[in-house]
Amino acid sequence: MAYTEEELKKELETKEYEYGFYTDIESDTFPVGLNEDIVRAISKRKGEPEWMTDWRLEAFASWKEMKEPEWANVHYTKPDFQAISYYSAPKKKDKYESLDQVDPELLDTFNKLGISIEEQKKLAGVAVDIVIDSVSVATTFRETLAEKGIIFCSISEAIKDYPELIKKYLGTVIPPKDNFYAALNAAVFSDGSFCYIPKGVRCPMELSTYFRINQAGTGQFERTLVIADEGSYVSYLEGCTAPSRDENQLHAACVELIALDDAEIKYSTVQNWYPGNKEGKGGVYNFVTKRGICHTNSKISWTQVETGSAVTWKYPSCILKGDNSIGEFYYIAVTNNHQQADTGTKMIHLGKNTRSTIISKGISAGESQNSYRGLVQVNPKATNARNFSQCDSLLMGNKCGAHTFPYIEARNNSAQIEHEATTSKIGEDQIFYCNQRGIDTEKAIALIVNGFSKEVLNKLPMEFAVEAQKLLEISLEGSVG
Amino acid sequence: MLTIKDLHASVEDKEILKGINLQVNPGEVHAIMGPNGSGKSTLSTVIAGHEDYEVSKGSIVFDGEDLAELDAEQRAHKGVFLSFQYPVEIPGVTVTNFIKTAINASRKAKGLEDMPAKEMLKSIREKAAMLEIDSKFLSRSLNEGFSGGEKKRNEIFQLAMLEPKLAILDETDSGLDIDALKIVANGVNKLKSEDNAVVVITHYQRLLDYIVPDFVHVLYNGRIVKSGTKELAHELEAKGYDWIKQELA
Repeated sequence: MAYTEEELKKELETKEYEYGFYTDIESDTFPVGLNEDIVRAISKRKGEPEWMTDWRLEAFASWKEMKEPEWANVHYTKPDFQAISYYSAPKKKDKYESLDQVDPELLDTFNKLGISIEEQKKLAGVAVDIVIDSVSVATTFRETLAEKGIIFCSISEAIKDYPELIKKYLGTVIPPKDNFYAALNAAVFSDGSFCYIPKGVRCPMELSTYFRINQAGTGQFERTLVIADEGSYVSYLEGCTAPSRDENQLHAACVELIALDDAEIKYSTVQNWYPGNKEGKGGVYNFVTKRGICHTNSKISWTQVETGSAVTWKYPSCILKGDNSIGEFYYIAVTNNHQQADTGTKMIHLGKNTRSTIISKGISAGESQNSYRGLVQVNPKATNARNFSQCDSLLMGNKCGAHTFPYIEARNNSAQIEHEATTSKIGEDQIFYCNQRGIDTEKAIALIVNGFSKEVLNKLPMEFAVEAQKLLEISLEGSVG
Repeated sequence: MLTIKDLHASVEDKEILKGINLQVNPGEVHAIMGPNGSGKSTLSTVIAGHEDYEVSKGSIVFDGEDLAELDAEQRAHKGVFLSFQYPVEIPGVTVTNFIKTAINASRKAKGLEDMPAKEMLKSIREKAAMLEIDSKFLSRSLNEGFSGGEKKRNEIFQLAMLEPKLAILDETDSGLDIDALKIVANGVNKLKSEDNAVVVITHYQRLLDYIVPDFVHVLYNGRIVKSGTKELAHELEAKGYDWIKQELA
């Protein structure tokens, strides 16, 4: 990973939260508050068919009956759901035909994010769908993908253009009633990405979505649905940023993955929502439900790098329904200052010979709290299920916390489950050793943290690995006094 | 090159160095010997600039500059190298990655660009060959699961890569078998020139058969109590440190 580091160094000029700019684009924002009318209005604004409106209303009805969960190891002031605007879109007339029609300020935002559309087209071979606040703004590469029969578009378009696929799969992995935030998302989601890979097709490029919360006082409720049909393969990347704001912004997303027989989905996330300032003021509440279902001989691999958000509540999971299916979870969570993270995964073994791997690396600094919560469940029919879990925690300083809550439920005697956990601290002797070799303390910490996270960083696609390493470095700046 | 005058240093309010005087010139090899607890490792750590040690009196001047003003990494950039008695493990960071980072950090401090990858690779290969290090070793995590001998060899590999002006070898011989000792000593000798200097810290005369010192100093109770040539090392080997203690009593 030699070139990675050189690039890193050049890019590492800025301190603090470098994505904290706000784009002044005219936007179309709903009044605050949530009721049936708002749900209907969102659906109407999106031009959705009636069945979709009904689906949302049903979700909203269940949400009203539900209570916000309190079991996670996080403490925060609960959001006032009536004080949030549930829809904010950059104002526009029609879908853009070419870049010339796009608001220059918006293009500027993309540039600051380092994802200039033009550059993307030329360089990376990454197809990008960009969701700002709630609406999908641009999807690149659609034609190239269409030649292979791959559908990659915003979920609102998919609802209109591919209703059969949506009806068949939406909400099948995460039912609208699944949990409080999932129900909220189902009721009010305003956009997100949709991806369908046809039978036997290997998607020729990494598909990528960038999410960004721009408008003050808005929540972002995107919904992502990825379907890999039999024998297909797709690698999907997701990146997230938000401007620095004093108030807490809510992000409640749902991601559903469906891997049909012999298919493989690799889903990578670099989450860098605004974490709040050094005193713990502001920042994004990141309450996300991510889940995939694996049919026979299929594989889902989650790779997650979380450096942002004030509070994170997130458990990307796999339901290993089909025989011989494989679930993987590779995870890095960095918390600094006053950040809190309660994250992990669930591996639900239903089919025979199912296998799962969990590698979790938690890095805590400042006064942050970092919890891993994982469930490995082997059901009675899941003969010869295997799981390996490894949870490593790295602490910096004396004021932070690392917690591990592994749950194991084995209801089949043939199950083999291994769990390993370690906790270590960055030692002064390690820092001095690096200093003596001419490496300053900040760089030394970055080196040690990158080394600690290596098993997971190696799972990321190359472009993302660079960004992830950079983020680790930025997130931990100033964490050793 | 290195001038230490009346150096007093303490850790956690305990004075360990009690007035060290030492002059090291370019092209010289000095050996510092002494019993356990005499302050040998403290001296090397203080020269390297560890923050936990407080210099209460005296000075260390390196290349005309008072080191008191410089952090550990700045001293490294100026050409001070310490081969650690107990090198630390850094899991997940390869030997290669670590040395690249170190070299480029020093280059950056001097206002130079990163070393081109090709040049770096060439240099790594040459130095690894000199120390009979195979390529698999280079992709292992730094010092993780290394034998005592491997750790020391890796220290000398870093020395070879960084080409410092002053190399302090703190008990580099401990944990080495005789073959490894020869390889390490041979490496150090090849790196020696008229422009650099080596300070060898050791308990035993053994290493000094291979890295031959111009001067030998005996450190006892925080002071250099005797200085001489390599014959002094032989004398110590024959008579033991008690001889010095008695002489001082």
